[in-house]
Amino acid sequence: MNQASAPAPRESYELTGKRTKELTKRQIRKARISGVVLLLLSGLVMLVFVPAVSGVSTFGLSTPDDAIQLDSLAVPSAGSLWVLSSVLAFLGATQFFRGFQGKTTIILGISFGVFAIALMVWAASGQEFSLISMLVATVARSTPIALGALSGILCERSGVVNIGIEGMLLGGAFTGVVMGSLLGGWIGLLSATLTGGVLALLLAVLAVKFRVDQIIIGVVINILVLGLTSFLTAQVLVKKPELNDAPIFAAVKIPILGDIPIIGPMFFDQTIIVYGMFILIGSVTYLLFRTRWGLRTRAVGENPKAADSLGVSVAKVRYLAVIYGGMVGGFAGAWFTLGSVGRFDENMTGGRGFIGLAAMIFGAWNPIGAFLAALIFGFSESLQQKFALLDIPIPSEFLAMAPYLVTIVVVAGVVGRVRPPAADGQPYEKQ
Amino acid sequence: MTVTQTPTEAEQRGFVQQLTTSVNWRTGLLIPFLAVVTALLIGIVLIMLTGSSFGQAMDAYAALLQGSVGSVKAISETLTAATPLILAGLSVAIAFRAGLFNIGGEGQMLVGGMCAVFVGFSITGLPIYVHLPLALLAGFIGGAIWGFIPGILKAKTGAHEVIVTIMLNYIALRLVDFFLKTELFQREGRNDPVSKTVEASAQLTQLLGWMNPALRVHLGLIVALIAAGVINWLLFRTTTGFEFRAVGANPNAARYAGMSITKVYVLVMMIAGGLAGLAGSGQILGVLDRATPGFSSNIGFDGIAVALLGRSNPWGVVAAAVLFGGLRAGGQQMQVSADVGIDLIAVIQALIIIFVAAPALITALYRLKTPAVSTQISKGWAS
Repeated sequence: MNQASAPAPRESYELTGKRTKELTKRQIRKARISGVVLLLLSGLVMLVFVPAVSGVSTFGLSTPDDAIQLDSLAVPSAGSLWVLSSVLAFLGATQFFRGFQGKTTIILGISFGVFAIALMVWAASGQEFSLISMLVATVARSTPIALGALSGILCERSGVVNIGIEGMLLGGAFTGVVMGSLLGGWIGLLSATLTGGVLALLLAVLAVKFRVDQIIIGVVINILVLGLTSFLTAQVLVKKPELNDAPIFAAVKIPILGDIPIIGPMFFDQTIIVYGMFILIGSVTYLLFRTRWGLRTRAVGENPKAADSLGVSVAKVRYLAVIYGGMVGGFAGAWFTLGSVGRFDENMTGGRGFIGLAAMIFGAWNPIGAFLAALIFGFSESLQQKFALLDIPIPSEFLAMAPYLVTIVVVAGVVGRVRPPAADGQPYEKQ
Repeated sequence: MTVTQTPTEAEQRGFVQQLTTSVNWRTGLLIPFLAVVTALLIGIVLIMLTGSSFGQAMDAYAALLQGSVGSVKAISETLTAATPLILAGLSVAIAFRAGLFNIGGEGQMLVGGMCAVFVGFSITGLPIYVHLPLALLAGFIGGAIWGFIPGILKAKTGAHEVIVTIMLNYIALRLVDFFLKTELFQREGRNDPVSKTVEASAQLTQLLGWMNPALRVHLGLIVALIAAGVINWLLFRTTTGFEFRAVGANPNAARYAGMSITKVYVLVMMIAGGLAGLAGSGQILGVLDRATPGFSSNIGFDGIAVALLGRSNPWGVVAAAVLFGGLRAGGQQMQVSADVGIDLIAVIQALIIIFVAAPALITALYRLKTPAVSTQISKGWAS
């Protein structure tokens, strides 16, 4: 007994000593890696983009029916690319030699923004590039991603892993269109939300009551919903096309605010699902971090035992959080049908739920962070669309890969580590 | 942190012994059997909900049975569908044993299949006994590389393998789309993404081709069965396999016993990836003869269901794969002759996983007295 317990403290001391040393080393290495990445991006702009451009790049800032018309922005292509690549080189070199330490994340964000601008200047060289339509599409396309991420955040903040977001989106999209065709868009939206809630209830019951592996349930929900919706599409919707023809929510322009150039069309001339996303991001942030319910939810996600001993019902908190999360996911699903095309196609979410999962991780399980991540992913998606239209010689597959690559880089902690809730994915057994 | 699915003694003694011992027959056989039956019953309800009569639902199931075991052709189709499922199931099962959840089967299949197809069409003039193994090896290596990434990231940085493998699935999907449009892969004179055709010397021979050329079951089945045997031997008869299972049961204890967690994670993910890569290669070299976008057709995900139903035991995986192969093959027949969509099979599979993963549902439904232990393999993002 004595022999076993005596060396233990020394061992743990050694471990902590080693770890702090290793951490600083690791930080230096991280700064070096991200510095090199930025220098490479700068080199890419200088050596690949600059020789390929000529003349001016024109960016359209207004659509014809805007109240206030802005002139198109024309910049000399080569000159601006030189400026942008110098900025990247400066940031990269500073990061490599000195490191931005605490500001690294912001600097990296700015750098990737600079690179994105360079990409667009290169693409728009010698032609007109409607920047505004792309920005509007960015906000629209980031909506299901942000809502999917929010769905994951609600579940995972309470300690239940949700990788069934994709299934919840797809289920919401399906019932949204069927009920929407029968009883109108609003009922459709409500049914989509409820469908997400029902799927989440399945997740909650199996995860909380039966303590089944949460990742398995997530996978099952995805397979189940994909199978069910495809089956019902083939059996029912194909034979009764009137069930697959829902009204589409039109964009609602908010007076005055909607007339502001650039910002107006982006944020104040969208469908109610997009507005719903803004409201949900704001309210969930408030609820999670400023209310008693939020504190309890986060406590259960971090340390269920402590929360339990203080009289919080872990099961109840998890049930509620997961069901709310599922409802957000179902609501997001309505975007695909009621918010854009009005009809359902097999597997029409096409992996957006997993990009939402990626946005959740990239945004460090924080609604605002996830929203910003979703904007980046939505931007890459609409850039991809735009490049395909403009016939740009960059394979769109690589742009499509970007969100997934970024997520791997983030979870691997190459540039700053994000930390999930401590009890995420662990079933809780009351003692 | 709790890993309740530790391999029981009965499981460690291998499949045949397990069949003969009564200790585990309920969890090993009864629960999976009842899970399948219950899922099929719910399937009937579902068919009837879409406006068919009970008789039509019965007709659909008759077609399902007919299409899976009703004739030599049907059995051949079942085994053809089971072949990649065995390999994909083994891929998930071996990772489960080491406490890892490999959702990356899809991506590993795609990368492995692309490597196999490349070796298959680019090299000419080799005899089949050199070319075919070479193509399979390329497929294994391709999958292993795609499995190496989550393995090394898990070991070195703690990045959760579920997130990394999900992301790698999509990256692989896009890579396949990209490569199928390059000159290197795309078939001459085609604008759509289709690869060149695999040389005859790299194709997996049809096993029953001498009887009837329409019998598609191919040499890949033998490869898959050998793989099951090798994995069974590796897991239960070697030190490496013991280390895999020890790390799966309790990584901390394994570390204090002097095992290298890094080595186990990397090795197990490479083997898992390689097996999925073989599954992809089998589809390419045995069934499709060329690569098309998304040729993995969800087999990587079905592998998860197969591994769960087979209780992560290699021979259990084979049995589960044959069952799911039968469902896949019979589903085709059901769609053609009873006009019930094949997607019903996906629903039935999902229900089977739910019941197998949450046996408490089954024990409650049928009032069994067996203590139900839920499946808990992964450990959440946090740990």
